[in-house]
Amino acid sequence: MSTEVLSPPVAVNDVRRRLVLGLGVAAAILVLLMAASLAFGAEHVPFGQVWQALTVGGTDSDVIVRDVRLPRTLLGVLVGSALAVAGALMQALSRNPLAEPGLLGVNAGASLGVVIAMAYFGIGALSGYVWFALIGASIATVAVYALGSAGTAGASPARLALAGAAITAALTGAISAIVLLSSTVFNGFRAWSVGTLSGRTIPVVVQVAPFVVIGLILALFLVSSLNALALGEDAAKGLGANVARTRLLGVVATTLLCGAATAAAGPISFVGLVVPHMVRTFTGPDHRWVLPYCLLVGPILMIAADLAGRMIARPGELPTALVTAVVGAPVFVYLIRRRRMAGL
Amino acid sequence: MTDVQTVPETQPGNRLRAHDLSLKYGERVVAENLSIDIPDNSLTMIVGPNACGKSTLLRSLARLLPPDRGSVVLDGQDISRYPSKEVARRLGLLPQTSIAPDGITVADLVARGRFPHQKFLRQWSTDDDVAVKAALDRTNTTELASRFVDELSGGQRQRVWLAMALAQETPLLLLDEPTTYLDIAHQVEVLDLCAELQESGDRTVVVVLHELNLAARYATHLIAMRAGQVVAQGNPKEIVTPELIENVYQLRCSIIDDPETGTPLVVPAARRSVDRVRQS
Repeated sequence: MSTEVLSPPVAVNDVRRRLVLGLGVAAAILVLLMAASLAFGAEHVPFGQVWQALTVGGTDSDVIVRDVRLPRTLLGVLVGSALAVAGALMQALSRNPLAEPGLLGVNAGASLGVVIAMAYFGIGALSGYVWFALIGASIATVAVYALGSAGTAGASPARLALAGAAITAALTGAISAIVLLSSTVFNGFRAWSVGTLSGRTIPVVVQVAPFVVIGLILALFLVSSLNALALGEDAAKGLGANVARTRLLGVVATTLLCGAATAAAGPISFVGLVVPHMVRTFTGPDHRWVLPYCLLVGPILMIAADLAGRMIARPGELPTALVTAVVGAPVFVYLIRRRRMAGL
Repeated sequence: MTDVQTVPETQPGNRLRAHDLSLKYGERVVAENLSIDIPDNSLTMIVGPNACGKSTLLRSLARLLPPDRGSVVLDGQDISRYPSKEVARRLGLLPQTSIAPDGITVADLVARGRFPHQKFLRQWSTDDDVAVKAALDRTNTTELASRFVDELSGGQRQRVWLAMALAQETPLLLLDEPTTYLDIAHQVEVLDLCAELQESGDRTVVVVLHELNLAARYATHLIAMRAGQVVAQGNPKEIVTPELIENVYQLRCSIIDDPETGTPLVVPAARRSVDRVRQS
């Protein structure tokens, strides 16, 4: 093997500088996209007027900017970062490059919570779903964790994934059973399960924000332990990492993030799966960089998808989840083909 | 440095000791009433047939497997009473089953050995940089630093893992079969490195090894185990005898002097001579 084909020695400091710079660029792109998300849509609002509507008000576009586009933009940031970070957590904890927030039954649990809210509590407003979705997500997680860690072997990644698949199947059956019994519930569920940022109000944003923020802080707190855990369980323990606590807190963080995101926007696929892979091709497998990048790239993808959905089908719009799937699937195929799965 | 050859077998001040251990995997008893002392500043090698409990003992010494009864004592205190990171600052472990994440560079992997020295708000320090550089230098892997671990040869990879364990900067280092899957040249390379580590300072290195002859050559203190019990321990020159090998491995052999080092060299009896022995 000749040495020329191999990567040339790069000073560690250069790598760090590049990663810090990339974080700055991602932040700038996110800010620009947020501005675009406030300005563009069925009706174009000039940036100057957007600024005025946000700060002092009194413009013709106050309603559009403040009540329609601001909540969906902020929600895009919350949902995007929540799903991307949750995906990175899941992939690290389960050692499964295909893991995504759906894997541990979190999304199915949240969906069942929403369906129950609609069917048995007569709740039709989005702001009423959040608690049900979170409770559903938590119950599903606890069930998966209990099932996956039953017996003497403990909660291994493979057992958790299997338990997640089993619980998801059971919950999906329950959802179908409830939804198919009533046409009202069916219609309500259909509207929610599309997965979109549109039609959300500031109270919804305010309601889910604390859960997402706590979940994100918890996730960032775990980065070094996740790095240790990536070397295998024995090596992680040898390095002094608390494996059981890391897994537990990781699952709690995932539940908060996915439960809140799913409650607010409905199930949105591919963001949690694709963003961590995109990020790792740039940062490598160090979670101290992967998670902060996910925090920014998740919202970028989410808001860009939402914006694209508004621009493509003007004056109507495509649901965000449809766009993330259309964009995410090819990106994912490309990433898999380009190189072996970027590491965990 | 004290002459390690003369370290007594049990010395009350030794940093790592196991007292009356009973070790179990699930319901299976691996060892009972096992007590050992790891002499400070020694290169201790633990040998024995497959499933004799040597790796289990090492896992227990590294507090990966809590003993059913008895205790592992580190610096005079039960190891389970230390915070986990505190143990990891005193005792490093290179397990058999480590996984290098895909796409990780050598420098990044070695840097992960700094975990027990890092705090949440101080993820990286100049101490870390210095330790990583020293570990790369020590293991001759500096020129590999920016390469991906997955593109290295088996021998290079094992040196990188050793570098990670060294970056942890622990006075005690436990290695679980570090030469498995390596050819003889790379086995010697890894064991030379272990010997250098032990000779060059206040470091105690404990190695579980399959290769009996290499263990006898490199160990300053040899522990021979069979069925969860220590059969003999001490300087290889004194304890490696045909009787011991037959007792531990059920193998007839003669012992000659290693022409290179004068250490005992185990030569298994040929089948014909075994037959002759059986007939008599």
